[in-house]
Amino acid sequence: MRRLLYLLPFLLFIGVGVAFYLGFERDPRDIPSALIDKPAPTFDLPAIPGQMVQGQPATGGLSSAKLAGDVTLVNVFASWCIPCKAEHPVITRLSREQGVTVYGINYKDKPEDALTWLARNGNPYAAIGADQDGRVSIDWGVYGVPESYLIDRKGRIRYKHVGPLTPQVVEEQILPMVKHLRQG
Amino acid sequence: MKRILLAALLALSALSPAVTPALAVQPDEVLQDPALESRARTISQELRCLVCQNQSIDDSNAPLARDLRVLVRDRLKAGDSDDKVMEYVTDRYGDYVLLRPPFKATTLVLWIGPFAVLLLGAAGTFLFLRGRRGVAAGADTAPLSADERRRLDALLRKDD
Repeated sequence: MRRLLYLLPFLLFIGVGVAFYLGFERDPRDIPSALIDKPAPTFDLPAIPGQMVQGQPATGGLSSAKLAGDVTLVNVFASWCIPCKAEHPVITRLSREQGVTVYGINYKDKPEDALTWLARNGNPYAAIGADQDGRVSIDWGVYGVPESYLIDRKGRIRYKHVGPLTPQVVEEQILPMVKHLRQG
Repeated sequence: MKRILLAALLALSALSPAVTPALAVQPDEVLQDPALESRARTISQELRCLVCQNQSIDDSNAPLARDLRVLVRDRLKAGDSDDKVMEYVTDRYGDYVLLRPPFKATTLVLWIGPFAVLLLGAAGTFLFLRGRRGVAAGADTAPLSADERRRLDALLRKDD
């Protein structure tokens, strides 16, 4: 019995060591969102100035009213953001082939840069809101672009991904979640 | 001449913390009202910059930190209390933005942990020392047997 007591500090040390070691596996940049399961913030963003939709100047940008109804993905992007370019093909496939409506929030971007970027890389977004001063993005809890949010049919935020979307994240997280939310 | 120069330099370096304001806060962000500005500074020092994580937004040069500093000042100008401003930011970014974590169920280990370890150590030390005192007092030593006593007496007598 007494022997076991002497072992106790050693066992405690092992326990703490294992706990800290597992901590290395966690990404310190991945901060849990405070908005999960809460309604998406109320906002009304204008279109990117000069943006054309089917040959006409874009009339509206993106507002919270558009988000209710179907399960949608809101993607925060900017032309100056390198990982955004990396995830762009994944977003495009999600919108054109995998049947998910994707909305864009153009974060702190120059309109001409954003439009050039979209012309060069293609525009997979059903609508884009230009958040030039970043205030609306703060309401969304954005701290690093790109960020993507899944919105359910009632307009609540159900999932958040920080950093570029990869085919793996889409297959393992986004698509199953979309399927689940569509049923719910 | 050299001495005077050196003294002047030293005096300057001693003064500098007082005369140079924090570099991160840009002049155009500063509020006209000094009372509001000082409240804004205090709040900003409590809020974590989410980009460079271990700096407050008051210290950080990240664009998002600047946006949040301006936001804090806007809320104050709109008449929010300090707590209201904090709540506004935590509603969006969670408790993670608070450099001083709140005391609640999920942070109990964080707040109580060190004291619990200290108490455990104190209890362990107390028990250990009490055990040793018992040994010193001869509480758990058997009395000498007849044979041992005879040998001890013999040894003691040899010295005479």
